[in-house]
Amino acid sequence: MSKVLLQGNEAVAQGAWEAGCTIGVGYPGTPSTETLEHFATLPDVYAEWCPNEKVALEVAMGASLGGRRTLVTMKHVGLNVAADPLFSIAYTGVNAGLVLLVADDPGIYSSQNEQDSRNYAAASRVPMLEPSDSADAREMAIKAYEISERFDVPCLIRSSVRISHTRTVLETGERRVPERKPYSKDMLKYVMMPAGARLRRIEADKREAALTEFAETTDLNRTELRDRSLGIICGGADYQHVREALPEASTLKIGMSWPLPPKKIAEFASQVDRLYVVEECFDYYKLRVKALGVKVSEPPACPLPPNGELTPGIIMKAFGKALPTPRATDQEVPNRPPALCAGCPHRLVMAELRRAHATVMGDIGCYTLGALPPLSALDTTVDMGASISMVHGMELAGGIEKHPTFGVIGDSTFAHSGITSLLDIVYNQGTGNVCILDNRTTAMTGQQGNPVNGVTLQHRPSHELDLPGLVRALGVEDVVEADPMDLSQVRGAIQHAIDEPQLTVIIFRSPCALLSKHREPALVVDPTVCTGCGVCISIGCQALGRDRETGKAKIDPAACIGCTQCAQVCTFNAIVNPRGSVAK
Amino acid sequence: MTESDAAQKPDHTITVLLCGVGGQGTILAGDLLALAATASGLDVKVSEIHGMAQRGGAVSTIVRFGSQVASPVTDPGFADRVVAFESTEALRNLPFLAPEGHLLVNDNAVEPLPVLIGQANMPADAHGELQRLGATLIDATGIAQTAGNPKGTNVVLMGALSAVLPFSVEIWHDVIAQRVPPKTVEANIASFDQGRAVALDQITTR
Repeated sequence: MSKVLLQGNEAVAQGAWEAGCTIGVGYPGTPSTETLEHFATLPDVYAEWCPNEKVALEVAMGASLGGRRTLVTMKHVGLNVAADPLFSIAYTGVNAGLVLLVADDPGIYSSQNEQDSRNYAAASRVPMLEPSDSADAREMAIKAYEISERFDVPCLIRSSVRISHTRTVLETGERRVPERKPYSKDMLKYVMMPAGARLRRIEADKREAALTEFAETTDLNRTELRDRSLGIICGGADYQHVREALPEASTLKIGMSWPLPPKKIAEFASQVDRLYVVEECFDYYKLRVKALGVKVSEPPACPLPPNGELTPGIIMKAFGKALPTPRATDQEVPNRPPALCAGCPHRLVMAELRRAHATVMGDIGCYTLGALPPLSALDTTVDMGASISMVHGMELAGGIEKHPTFGVIGDSTFAHSGITSLLDIVYNQGTGNVCILDNRTTAMTGQQGNPVNGVTLQHRPSHELDLPGLVRALGVEDVVEADPMDLSQVRGAIQHAIDEPQLTVIIFRSPCALLSKHREPALVVDPTVCTGCGVCISIGCQALGRDRETGKAKIDPAACIGCTQCAQVCTFNAIVNPRGSVAK
Repeated sequence: MTESDAAQKPDHTITVLLCGVGGQGTILAGDLLALAATASGLDVKVSEIHGMAQRGGAVSTIVRFGSQVASPVTDPGFADRVVAFESTEALRNLPFLAPEGHLLVNDNAVEPLPVLIGQANMPADAHGELQRLGATLIDATGIAQTAGNPKGTNVVLMGALSAVLPFSVEIWHDVIAQRVPPKTVEANIASFDQGRAVALDQITTR
């Protein structure tokens, strides 16, 4: 046993490792990514990134049938992708323990929505554990394997950004790897044809009853009686916020969010004068507690917000506690949104798509930032792979006049969900233009490997994908390869795509600026040449701005990496390298 | 700590908010602070935001320590110490500062993209406003550069913060030695000491 400070994500990995899990799979996604990254560094395990979450869960199911305890990790929206196997594995059950970590993003710090994964547990009828800190996360990961094997079901662990990315103190334990579980062929259990599925549906009903009995007695759900006038049902990070805001309150800490324990909830309600539910994002507990016929009171001062992250202060306000008056300044404080990095290979593509007045269907990745001013290039961002499918739909509707239709999608996102979308356009003889931005990494989540670049999680030998070959093999006839760091190539490729009536796929390949520490000397603006026209400013580089006094361009030498994108767009050759020659 | 503070925080948890611009090293600073707290025998929680916000956006790390820490986050009016790695971020996070809290600021401004492209303005007088607000303003970036440790702004700021925290200098030196690359230990300890000296000087002469 040793005391360590671990993130919730790392703690889930640690718990799984101690429970003898030997196989970890997943797809990166904030705030879940570090779970599998940490697991991959622990001794005697196999870990891999999969192309997407559906594949990951299916790999995990195979490994479970093969008799090994398995961990699969993803973010909340990843569970949408993995929902198809999840709902059927909920019927088949497992062999060796199968635990799925899903990390939600209340407050929408790095996601496209704020969905609450507890609803998936209830909808698929798969048990879900909900840790409140890293120590909980480790212990619950161990318990999740016991539950998975005892009840013959995958077990979900729901984390959230404040559990996943908060480091708290915990004690680690010894590892115990169970014997590999023997597999026995069982058609009615594992082949989900109607005959087997109908029987498994009945088994799932029985299992729900058994899990509910378990929920009544397990210490995962913990009643803590303090002041009996105030009782609060809460779980996850919200439990910690309640303890902070209302330390006097009695609490029923829900550690198992599906199925809930009706008797324990009713008993807690009878022990307190007034019962409240405190939860962020969604009325998941509240609706279920009310459905039991238990009276839930509204906070005395004001309701809790229906969306966003909860904090102790929000809870204090709702319960009528005094809050300090925050200090204020009358100074103007400008926004500081995230932006594409200096030297980012996505920048010129975004700038040129805007210049072409394209209608651009975006996707999920760093290039989503191309939607922000001054680039303002993207029209949409929906889900992984949607760019290509939406290009097809937009073209079917006739496109937008004088605005050529483009999709932009990154390498990892294309491998995740773009291939089938592109196949759809080819199959149905659609038109439109697709840019695959191959920056040789899964950048937004922190430079993970993926099937396109052939870098694997544990650095095993792999295979770099022939991306143009794959696109041609799908049946795309017009495939263009271009260097996105070269303005003339970017402009030429985009113009070609606009001129050609059929489907064009442009593959822009250049590594993410963060993959290498290499920097060229910072560029400088020659003020005798610069006219202050602002074209360079319009590409939105964090190292480049307009001088307030002169109106001319200026470059921050600490931020510039000498990529020359700004120099290439400058029509006056005013941006030069430190030797004084034009930097192109 | 005032009486009303004590009533709200029976366990005397101290909240430190570290704020800055993505890439400025707030995460290492949070690590050092958390290690110093655990080495002093305290419970600690460190909460960070990763992902999209890191791409040059405004970032913050919350470190809370005490005998037993509950929530990992904080609210306006509750941060006992706010350490800003950049002066605009100091003003943005000012509402978080507790009534009796201490504001420590790296006196250095980084223009965000909306300012660079001319769609927003920097604060008219961040330095003056922060002085009026009673902030300890130090040129941490300059000190780090002069010390030959250009990436050491965060360590200089932790040195300055140490002047208003109850951890011994020995504990800080130990955690720096544990956490930074071996070749940079000496330079980082020197940067830490300088930050501490500058802050102590400012606080005592005020």
